[in-house]
Amino acid sequence: MQRSLTLMRRELAAYFLSMTGYIIIGAALFLMGFSFVVMLVKLRQEPTPMPVTELFYITPFFWLILLLSTPAITMRLFAQEKFSGTFESLMTTPVSDLQVVLAKFLAALTFYVIMWLPLLGCLAVLRHYTNEQIPFDYGSVASTFLGLLLLGGVFLSLGCCASALTRSQVTAAMISTLFGGALFIMGALADHLPAQPGWQTEALASFSFFEQMHDFARGVVDTRPLVLYSSLTWFFLYLTLRVVESRRWK
Amino acid sequence: MSSDLMIEVVNLTKRYAGHAAVSNISFSVRRGEIVGLLGPNGAGKSTTMRILSCFLPATSGSVRIAGYDVFHQSEEVRRRIGYMPENNPLHTEMRVREYLKFRARLKGLSRGESRRRADEAMEQCSLTEVSRRIIGQLSKGYRQRVGLADALVHEPELIILDEPTIGLDPNQIRAVRQLIKSLAQNHTVLISTHILPEAEMTCHRVVIMYEGRILAADTPENLQRLMSSSNQVLVEISAPAGALKECWAEMPEVEHFDVAAAEGDYFRCSLTARDGHDLRPQVFAAVRERGWMLRELTRNRHSLEDIYVQVTRPEEDEG
Repeated sequence: MQRSLTLMRRELAAYFLSMTGYIIIGAALFLMGFSFVVMLVKLRQEPTPMPVTELFYITPFFWLILLLSTPAITMRLFAQEKFSGTFESLMTTPVSDLQVVLAKFLAALTFYVIMWLPLLGCLAVLRHYTNEQIPFDYGSVASTFLGLLLLGGVFLSLGCCASALTRSQVTAAMISTLFGGALFIMGALADHLPAQPGWQTEALASFSFFEQMHDFARGVVDTRPLVLYSSLTWFFLYLTLRVVESRRWK
Repeated sequence: MSSDLMIEVVNLTKRYAGHAAVSNISFSVRRGEIVGLLGPNGAGKSTTMRILSCFLPATSGSVRIAGYDVFHQSEEVRRRIGYMPENNPLHTEMRVREYLKFRARLKGLSRGESRRRADEAMEQCSLTEVSRRIIGQLSKGYRQRVGLADALVHEPELIILDEPTIGLDPNQIRAVRQLIKSLAQNHTVLISTHILPEAEMTCHRVVIMYEGRILAADTPENLQRLMSSSNQVLVEISAPAGALKECWAEMPEVEHFDVAAAEGDYFRCSLTARDGHDLRPQVFAAVRERGWMLRELTRNRHSLEDIYVQVTRPEEDEG
């Protein structure tokens, strides 16, 4: 436990000791600002009953931030250590493979949450400068962040796995962008399903990330995506663990 | 009885995709010894060390460290070793003291202990004056010492150092060697090197590896004694060549001699004595008797280097 915390703290600090962390946050902030502007323009055009978090979600930048930031956050986790050789000195200390994987994933997740915090600032600005009529609901803000966290977990664990597979950060980023993009496209497909019943349609429908995230942004917390996202996260973390262990297979 | 043994390697083999990096080696190291793994690049030293430090599994054979199996009781083993990998990888964005504290915590020391041990390790490796510097900005010598400090920060029973002096200047090498020697009081040390004087100077025992096999394992002195021709004498004398040859041929203790022209009027003679005889007094007596000029008289002691060259090139010896 102590070792995981130590390792996690170092991993998190590493984002801020190098430029990467600031660049990622800067880029995300830029896109968030764009979303904010788009949202404001919309709000000025016509009044809407939607909560602001939903308004934010339906700007196209949300998915862009998610798809671009997660590979950038995770690519260095294992690949860099393998490349520089510090992976060897790490794995010869008495830490278990599971501790390493969890510590790295949690550090990435914490960084990801920090990256999204400016969104709260945007919402606060909005709240300060608008009339009270705009439905600003803490519940929907909380559910939006829950959705962000869970969905981020899926993409970050995928990125962890990609990073563990290679010693090149570029390759790691490409693998996780590719598979993350595939998940995204699957979500898009699920949105345009033909209305014929059948288990295939139903299975694909459960991957409709757009719809599910839309629900979170609206303030609806459904257990189905909750279970789906956490199991996907665990699945990818399990794969990562197996990849890390594979070095010790005979 | 095995408590005396720190490292026990039995029939260790490691194969990478068909080719054997280490094939069927066995050796053991007692507590408190400094042992050097010596061999050219690609001899299997690093692979052996990676297996000892639980980073890689062996293909077959067994390795026990302090009585624990490196594969099945890996965590127990890792608790007891301090390992500095090849090329000394470090987190270059961290500060020295911060890094050592981080490593100490990772190795299971408490917060207070890790602070104390980081300071002690810095003291031991003369790093105190750079404790707040960023590792990436340090010179190679300092970085190497950070790696060493990391290896000993949790006071391990066994310290494994893969090429600890590579890329250092002569002064730094001397300092690192001194440090390694001082470690032997409380720790067992296994170092690898392809530099001979290093093994000769720092190690109690040397294991010579070549192409994944062990060619010889003994003290540096014994390895020297093993050498057949350690009783060769070199002399430089100013005298007529014919008279020199005649003189050596008359001397009963000389088994074989060789006379070659040297700088000036001198001739350089190398004399091989029969059964370990020391020829130097006879040579001096002969020179004095004949009134020749003598400017050099040395016994050609074979250094580990000759042994190394001889054992690592068996095919040339046979040819």
